[in-house]
Amino acid sequence: MKEPRQRSGANASDAAANTASDAVFQIRGVTKVYRMGEVEVHALKGVDLELYRGELVVLLGASGSGKSTLLNIIGGLDTPTEGTVVYQDHILTSADESELTRFRREHVGFVFQFYNLIPSLTALENVELITEIAESPISAKEALEMVGLSERINHFPAQLSGGEQQRVAIARAVAKQPDVLLCDEPTGALDVTTGKLVLKVIEKVNRELGTTTAIITHNAAIAAMADRVIHIGSGRITEIIRNSEKKSPDSLVW
Amino acid sequence: MKPLSKKMVRDLWHLRGQVLATMLVVACGVASFVAMKSTYESLVESRDNYYSHYRFADVFAGLKRAPRSAAAEIRAIPGVAEVEARVVAKVTLDLPDLPEPAQGRLVSLPEAGAGHLNSLFLLRGRLLEPGDRDEVVISGAFADANRLQPGDQVSAVLNGRLRRLRVVGIALSPEYIYEIRPGDIFPDNRRFGILWMNERAVASVFQMENAFNDVVLTLAPGAGEADVIEKLDRILEPYGGFGAYGRSDQLSHRFVANELSELQVFGTVIPVIFLGVTAFLLHLVLTRLVNVEREQIGLLKSFGYSNADIGLHFLQLAVLAIFGGIVIGIGLGWWTGRGMARLYGEFFHFPILDFSISLPVILWSFVISIGSAAIGATAAVRSAVSLPPAEAMRPEPPANFHAGFIESTGFQQMLSTESRIAARNLARRPVKALLSAFGISLSIALLFIGFYFFDAIDRIIMVQFDLVQREDVEVGFNEPRPGRAALELVELPGVRRVEPYRVVSARLRFASRSRRVGLIGLSAEGELRRIVNDDLRIVNLPPEGIVLGSTLAESLGVAKGDIVTVEVTEGSRPVREVAIADVPRELLGLSAYMDIRALNRLMMEGGTVSGAFLSVDENARAELYSKLKRTPAVSGVGLPKAALDSFNETMAKTMGTMTWFLIGFACVIAFGVVYNGARIALAERGRELSSLRVLGFTNREIAKMLLGEQAALTLLAIPMGWVLGFATSWLVTRVVDAEIVRLPVVVSGETFIFSAGIVVIAAAVSGIIVARRIRHMDLIAVLKTRE
Ligand SMILES: Nc1ncnc2c1ncn2[C@@H]1O[C@H](COP(=O)(O)OP(=O)(O)O)[C@@H](O)[C@H]1O
Ligand SMILES: [Mg+2]
Repeated sequence: MKEPRQRSGANASDAAANTASDAVFQIRGVTKVYRMGEVEVHALKGVDLELYRGELVVLLGASGSGKSTLLNIIGGLDTPTEGTVVYQDHILTSADESELTRFRREHVGFVFQFYNLIPSLTALENVELITEIAESPISAKEALEMVGLSERINHFPAQLSGGEQQRVAIARAVAKQPDVLLCDEPTGALDVTTGKLVLKVIEKVNRELGTTTAIITHNAAIAAMADRVIHIGSGRITEIIRNSEKKSPDSLVW
Repeated sequence: MKPLSKKMVRDLWHLRGQVLATMLVVACGVASFVAMKSTYESLVESRDNYYSHYRFADVFAGLKRAPRSAAAEIRAIPGVAEVEARVVAKVTLDLPDLPEPAQGRLVSLPEAGAGHLNSLFLLRGRLLEPGDRDEVVISGAFADANRLQPGDQVSAVLNGRLRRLRVVGIALSPEYIYEIRPGDIFPDNRRFGILWMNERAVASVFQMENAFNDVVLTLAPGAGEADVIEKLDRILEPYGGFGAYGRSDQLSHRFVANELSELQVFGTVIPVIFLGVTAFLLHLVLTRLVNVEREQIGLLKSFGYSNADIGLHFLQLAVLAIFGGIVIGIGLGWWTGRGMARLYGEFFHFPILDFSISLPVILWSFVISIGSAAIGATAAVRSAVSLPPAEAMRPEPPANFHAGFIESTGFQQMLSTESRIAARNLARRPVKALLSAFGISLSIALLFIGFYFFDAIDRIIMVQFDLVQREDVEVGFNEPRPGRAALELVELPGVRRVEPYRVVSARLRFASRSRRVGLIGLSAEGELRRIVNDDLRIVNLPPEGIVLGSTLAESLGVAKGDIVTVEVTEGSRPVREVAIADVPRELLGLSAYMDIRALNRLMMEGGTVSGAFLSVDENARAELYSKLKRTPAVSGVGLPKAALDSFNETMAKTMGTMTWFLIGFACVIAFGVVYNGARIALAERGRELSSLRVLGFTNREIAKMLLGEQAALTLLAIPMGWVLGFATSWLVTRVVDAEIVRLPVVVSGETFIFSAGIVVIAAAVSGIIVARRIRHMDLIAVLKTRE
């Protein structure tokens, strides 16, 4: 089921030259309606979007605009009310619960705003938890090295700072060598310096492993590190901008 | 409704699963309390009423023969209220539908009517009338077991003469509430019964005109029993008195009293177990609730709710949570108690066994349940009360794990990640973990005790019927006979082997203590009746000296090698000093043994015998039985195998019912503990588990992680439960009256396996019920909120 992937060498400029055939995700006419009794909340009102192999996109929008809803649908956590989501040759919108679980397990790496580490496991064990069930993972140690945490592998989450916890979460997400890395406000709970550190790690993963990466943020400054910036407002894609030049996270200011 | 009350209702609704599980445990605790306590009270009341209305005697004595005038002497003993002198005899009965002979205890009634002491309660038919000569009233259990009705006829050998007796009435007597043949362990109502006959009729058959061979009396208020017994013995001595005894040695009374004291012990222990578990469960649930509601509690306090308001709120919550359990428990207890009383009614024959629940029992149910709820709630309430408002509004700090005991052992290397999660969660709160395991272990212990009883009974039956009583038939003569009488039994059809025995009633004395015993003489090389130690060793009878069962030895305070005084209370009434040759640990009875030749020597008699044990050819049984029914010299026929069958038909069924109750009880505890534990683990770690679901773990994998903890606790509980069960079983062996039966401490493999197995299944089922909730976890919600 897994396709051979470029492990490295896929750089930003390669990814920038996408063609339709390189689309990893094809999203067509996706709507999401939450029903809360009498009230209907239209979180997504018809979204069409492609994500291309190896690219780094930033989904930018105000709070409540529907970013997380979209990302959750892409990641197989949620299903749209209408529309289709196709990942390579899988039609996610017609997959059942266990197929979605397998999809997440095999193809998707998640990074969340609140890290969501297992408090009873050390940094290393949190990553190992995933490498144990993955098909062709890199070693947990290697993954932690990549995020610059080789010194702290035996610490429990309660003994790590927020930024460190988030980096463990990233190591956990990338250790299985996912096809796509989905990050929902990864810096939302962090200060600027730590936030940049985390973004640098994500950028490094994207660059070195060529993992298709989507970062959600409401912080416009972060958009500058993307290949493409997808603006979302009130459940619709309002604009897609291709950056002519990607900035390094170091040089971002907010 | 006040806002706090609304909150309480919603909290209760939100926690309904756990509240229900706790209520079930309370219900079982209250039910067992109500059932056993009420059964106990009802039995005591029925017995006491019966005793007082039907004038149950206080002192009993058998003797060889005394003139009526001696009764007046007895009446004159200070402290004696009423005296009834009577004639009691063993008779062999030939019942229409019973191939083997039955045994009757024939008791004379002074004049027509119900008798004055131990008087009869008529169930059916009529009482005896003055002119009745061949008419008898028979005991209820015997009548029921043999389907005898007034008007039916039974044949009986009375003092060597065959008589046809007509049943005119069926009655009960306080003397035979538990109707068992002396020397038996189980009642066999088919083959043993009581017959009451007019005194004149009995006297003429047994040549007892103006004489008696049995006397019962009541004591005046404040009279000293021991005193009266001593004086009575002195009066009866010249008349061949066998030694008088009080109620505590009276067979029926003793069995009833033993049952009552067991009931009292279990009626305390079992409810205590349940209410302890209740307290623990409420503690778990409320502590979790207070943690979840930290912010709300802080908020309430900042609004000005007092600590007392908050504390009372959680206390009320605890009490309300168990309220339903108490009510259900009282109902269930009433139903169970009625059933128990009915079961007791099958063995204990009361005129009326009214089952009722007294008001104090109901009140106590509330008091102890609410008390245990309060104990369970204390810690949670205290932590809620002591939260400072500002602190409370900060979210619960994240679970603080750090390298601890498990890491320091290096043990974690051997564990899978899932097991590591479980192990660390347990190690983080070791007290809670231990208490949970303890709770589960209680259910294992409960089953263990229940099954232990089967093991004990199995062992007793094995020892008694395979090793001790190996005869097919025991034949008792109506009076001591020369040795050749036993040898003549060989002539009877099918008899293959005859081993004579001698039994004399005697009083053993050592220092200031004395006991009435049946001193049994067996042939040392005998194979049909043997003395067996509790380790199954066969005890050889020494040619000289006396062998005492350890229970008897303990009650006399003697050990092997001591010299006891044997005062024989029949025949020429010799008094001898005899050395104790051995003290085997016998399971049953209060027997003393000697080699039959040594006993004959002691009695200064030739080869006298009281009866014989026979080994009989299977095919000739029927013929032998019909011969025995008509053999004048035979007054008693014992059939061990038949007694065993009758046990299997009656008592075994009762025990089966009890076992189902125990299994139910144990499952409720296991369910309550595991279900609540898993629900709380799910609540506490829902976020963690949902995150793992998001990361691609399947429901099944998550369930394993969640239940790993409960599984570990259950596993830990198994050895704990076994130890606890074993210890309690051992204690039970101390509680049961050793003079009735010394319960052997034997536990079968099945007891270990089933006690653990049933609880493991109950735990697994409750775990699975909780695990099904994993499917409904909201995966997205956990991503939105910080813990
Ligand atoms: N489970 C839900 N039930 C009801 N409404 C929801 C739910 N999840 C999200 N919404 C609504 O959908 C809209 C989009 O939410 P979300 O995708 O989380 O926004 P963003 O991530 O851009 O902040 C918001 O108006 C939010 O209130
Ligand atoms: Mg969001």
